[in-house]
Amino acid sequence: MYNIESKNVDFFYGASQALKNINIAIKPNTVTALIGPSGCGKSTYLRLFNRMNDLIDNTKISGQVLIDGEDIYAKGVNVDSLRKKVGMVFQKPNPFPKTIFENVAYGLRVNGITDKKFIEERVETTIKQVVLWDEVKDKLKKSAFELSGGQQQRLCIARALAIQPSVVLMDEPTSALDPISTAKVEELIYELKTKYTIVIVTHNMQQAGRVSDTTAFFYMGELIEHDTTKTIFTNPKIERTQNYITGRFG
Amino acid sequence: MKTFYKKFSEKFIEGLLMLSGTITSLTVVLIVFFLFKEGLGVFDKKPVEEGYVIALSKSNPLKTLSSEQIKNIYDQKITHWSEIGGKPDSIILFRAEDISNFYSDEEIGENFEGLSTCINRLVDSLPDIIAFFPKKYLAKDFKGHELTVDKVSLKEFFGGKEWFPTAQPSAQLGVLPLILGTLWVSLGAILLALPLGLAAAIFMSEIAKDNVRRIMKPLIELLAGIPSVVYGFFGLVIIVPLIQKTFNLPVGETGLAGSIILGIMALPTIITISEDAMRNTPRAMKEASLALGASKWQTIYKVVIPYSISGISAGAILGIGRAIGETMAVLMVTGNAAVIPHSILEPVRTIPATIAAELGEAPNGGLHYQALFALGCILFLITLFINLAVEFISNRKQHNKH
Repeated sequence: MYNIESKNVDFFYGASQALKNINIAIKPNTVTALIGPSGCGKSTYLRLFNRMNDLIDNTKISGQVLIDGEDIYAKGVNVDSLRKKVGMVFQKPNPFPKTIFENVAYGLRVNGITDKKFIEERVETTIKQVVLWDEVKDKLKKSAFELSGGQQQRLCIARALAIQPSVVLMDEPTSALDPISTAKVEELIYELKTKYTIVIVTHNMQQAGRVSDTTAFFYMGELIEHDTTKTIFTNPKIERTQNYITGRFG
Repeated sequence: MKTFYKKFSEKFIEGLLMLSGTITSLTVVLIVFFLFKEGLGVFDKKPVEEGYVIALSKSNPLKTLSSEQIKNIYDQKITHWSEIGGKPDSIILFRAEDISNFYSDEEIGENFEGLSTCINRLVDSLPDIIAFFPKKYLAKDFKGHELTVDKVSLKEFFGGKEWFPTAQPSAQLGVLPLILGTLWVSLGAILLALPLGLAAAIFMSEIAKDNVRRIMKPLIELLAGIPSVVYGFFGLVIIVPLIQKTFNLPVGETGLAGSIILGIMALPTIITISEDAMRNTPRAMKEASLALGASKWQTIYKVVIPYSISGISAGAILGIGRAIGETMAVLMVTGNAAVIPHSILEPVRTIPATIAAELGEAPNGGLHYQALFALGCILFLITLFINLAVEFISNRKQHNKH
């Protein structure tokens, strides 16, 4: 049983085709890394899973994207509840202009939860889950902007986890962070795997090697190769993958 | 030689630029200085017109009266001296032109040469008289005593409830009704314009498709370019009769009409500034909210509005600023009654409208003239305060975003 499946997915921005016939199947509780040079379509592909590309005018998708066996682009799908199930962490830390507490509680509140005690408990467990509790427990009422970049990003991960999604999408989550914060986030990704299915876009080869179970290499809107991370990095079947991994282009 | 020319021309341009800056700043300083010099002069003046005296009989113990008391006496609201701490007798009013009621034309003389003697005798003979007449008819051996009138005080000026700058014998310079009128109309304007403007800004920045926005934005900006007299005209012809009919009023020129017109005039400021602020909300922040399962509307009021709240407030305050300083349109539709308004359906008079309407008939350098300048000072201080508030709010916004 696969958690995420995409079947013959084509995607267009206006007239230009950004994704060509992508077929991938992702198992639950794994980390999948999407790699490839800039403009290869990996971020576009990631944003298909929570229908984030809907926000862009003039786009078109064909083929099927299944999450837990359900076609999320079928008619009558509730996008808001899909996004509740598929959380997302963005490239730059983007906390809301609210307190630390309210940032994490946001997802619960917009999904109609008003039980104060429940929210408090959930916020605390989620912040503990991202190993941020000791750093912020005394300033939960302070603005999230007072945190460092790395702390903000872990807060954003907590914000995504608070509504207990089953899939977490990460779009270059460490590209704006220093090496120490990056290490903390990577460690976190490794731990989160036990509970969530994670898809991560990264331009950092070492990171893909460190955190992921399988790796998909994209080039010019096409999926060139998808295999276990070990195979991709040590024994890729396609030459272009090897060239990219070894840094000969990209 | 070439480098010399280059250096010289650079220095010359620098000098020219500096000169422009200096001239501009100097002009502003001069205007403010002039405004306050003329405006503050009002507190050095007496409310009785220069060249006139108010006199009482010698037996009357009162020495001074305030300008309000003088007005009430002449309006016959005070009819007995006892009401202002004198004898229990009723007051006899006298103005120079009343003299023929007391004396024959022969006694007064063809060219009023006997007038001073007549007034002298009259004041002497009537112990309860209060007489107001030109100073040149004050006899040398005057048998009454001249009443001293207090200078215009700050308390009278800001606390006075009546604005009759040309009243005889004593001008009434209470600016309270004008200040309240201004604030009243502006408050009404902002209450009308803020919800409408905010809604339009939200629609344009978050909901409207690009091509709709491309049509709406220039249309709204066009609203800012219409001359205010045209707004006034529109108000006078359309809104004033409409209000009169709807609320069944004797006149339609009311504070409400002013508020509606000013509200329309403040709309472009509010809309463009708050729309810009909302469009500045980082896309990533909106996406983060949507990615958490929030609906579009939840994202707007929980993320976009809080994020751009300082821009929205700046727009609202600048809108009020425009409303407070607006002259022509308000002058045309508010009815201009200088009384403290009790409801929005009464005529009111604002500070700018007062200045515009009255400056033409106020003699240069006189009390009335200076009082109008003092009004100008008040207006200046209000708008200065508003600008400082905007500055403060936008600074706080930058601080907030890192």
